[in-house]
Amino acid sequence: MYRIAKTGQKLMIEILPDKCDFCGCCVGVCPEDAIELKEAEIRIIDELCTNCSKCIWACPIEVIVFNKDGVLKEAIY
Amino acid sequence: MLKSQYDIIVVGAGPAGTVAARFAAMQGVDVLVLEKDRDVGYPVRCAEAISKRNVVPFIEPNDKWIAAKINKYAFVSPNGEEVVIEFDEVNGYVLERRIFDYELGRLASEAGAKIQTRVYVNGLILEGEKVCGVKAEFQGKQIEIRSKIVIGADGVESRVGRWAGIKTHIDYRDMESCFQVTAANVDNVDPGTLYFYLGTNYAPGGYFWVFPKGDKLANIGLGISGGDNKKRSALSFLNDNMKKFFPNASVLTQIAGGVPCALTLERISGDGIMLVGDAARQVNPLTGGGIGSGMIGGRVAGEIAGEAIRKNNLQLLDNYHNAWMKERGKSHLIFDKLKEGIFNISDDEFNDIIKKLKKIPKEKRTLGKFFVTALAKKPSLIVDVAKVYVV
Ligand SMILES: Cc1cc2nc3c(=O)[nH]c(=O)nc-3n(C[C@H](O)[C@H](O)[C@H](O)COP(=O)(O)OP(=O)(O)OC[C@H]3O[C@@H](n4cnc5c(N)ncnc54)[C@H](O)[C@@H]3O)c2cc1C
Ligand code: SF4
Ligand code: SF4
Repeated sequence: MYRIAKTGQKLMIEILPDKCDFCGCCVGVCPEDAIELKEAEIRIIDELCTNCSKCIWACPIEVIVFNKDGVLKEAIY
Repeated sequence: MLKSQYDIIVVGAGPAGTVAARFAAMQGVDVLVLEKDRDVGYPVRCAEAISKRNVVPFIEPNDKWIAAKINKYAFVSPNGEEVVIEFDEVNGYVLERRIFDYELGRLASEAGAKIQTRVYVNGLILEGEKVCGVKAEFQGKQIEIRSKIVIGADGVESRVGRWAGIKTHIDYRDMESCFQVTAANVDNVDPGTLYFYLGTNYAPGGYFWVFPKGDKLANIGLGISGGDNKKRSALSFLNDNMKKFFPNASVLTQIAGGVPCALTLERISGDGIMLVGDAARQVNPLTGGGIGSGMIGGRVAGEIAGEAIRKNNLQLLDNYHNAWMKERGKSHLIFDKLKEGIFNISDDEFNDIIKKLKKIPKEKRTLGKFFVTALAKKPSLIVDVAKVYVV
């Protein structure tokens, strides 16, 4: 199952697990307030994200990627 | 323990937040500061340089948080030539922000503010458009705390303003995406000099810095505009610069960060809400310096918020924007124009400028002259330089 963005399309923005430094650049540029950043936890809020990619362009360490196939919902074990 | 109601809640315990809290609490009002991280002042996402005149009004200089005392500024051209501008007296510091921010927290607390770490603010209590407090996660529980005023001091990643309906996100081209290391065994760095490397080879749309911290330690980092980061990341530029200039250095800390190098937001207050520091985009848009201007914004906001509570007149918050513009905002308008001028200079031109500056006798070089030389082809900006620097 794919995650669904605000636009109704598949969510294509993916923050690589365990790679983020929690610096806040992506949150600062996101026009939709679609990123939640805690002390050491980050996530895209699917229903707010428009796949605009601005967060990718701002990340200093290249840990947000554009996944054109769409981001899968996490498997539940 | 936390109460269910305060006069003022400050979100974020960076320099802007704790200074705002202090100046409000000094007026005898009830202030709470909430910080999401475990520590005040850590992690340090900052190169830690500040001018002395921006420190002194807020805290007496103390060697326990001063890593280096600065009286020289070196500019390095794309082809590697260096020109140094020297002052007779120390006029800047490289801080230990971990301790500096802690001290600002202590001062706020002694003035009567209550600070609590590990509280993640995740929403506002709104009655119509009026902000009446915060929603937060604390010790595994979702809580609500009411207040008459909320001050958003939540840094570059600010969301508090957005929740209050203020448009705070910044254009990605104005975001300086940064990567920095604090390194040991850094060779050939003078302990009293801040080094700025200018040129697209070091840091396009920004600069590469080396700020000494004593004992051959230094903050070495760079910021590049989002437009450039899109093509090649800050991390990748820094890796190259480290290899080239400091192959023998060891990396003790590494950190990503962002500086909102834009003008102050058009609206920095609303019904029951004020924004300060990076959250209000109160950063010097040319240098990216935000510690000093954040503290100034914090003081201005804190004073007004305290007065508004004392006089039971929240309309006073409407004065905040003008007060800030008078204090700092206007000079930021000029720095923003200079930024546009400087960042459009080509590498060849920078090589020329540094060469020309080297011909000026050492004792006659000033920061103003640096900008005048740099902007010789844009005479309209020279007047602006004169307004912010003594040429
Ligand atoms: C790499 C780099 C180098 C820099 N170098 C310099 C320099 O040399 N000189 C200079 O003057 N400036 C420099 N700056 C800028 C400077 O660091 C900032 O302008 C300054 O820290 C801003 O202070 P602040 O109080 O507004 O925000 P911050 O110091 O960022 O504090 C904001 C606080 O809010 C907290 N917070 C955020 N969201 C929430 C939430 N939802 N709930 C609770 N708490 C929250 C954060 O954890 C943080 O502690 C640099 C910045 C970077 C990234
Ligand atoms: S893609 Fe755009 S909307 Fe989605 S999180 Fe990134 S910046 Fe925000
Ligand atoms: S910009 Fe990159 S490193 Fe910074 S918080 Fe966002 S994903 Fe993490």
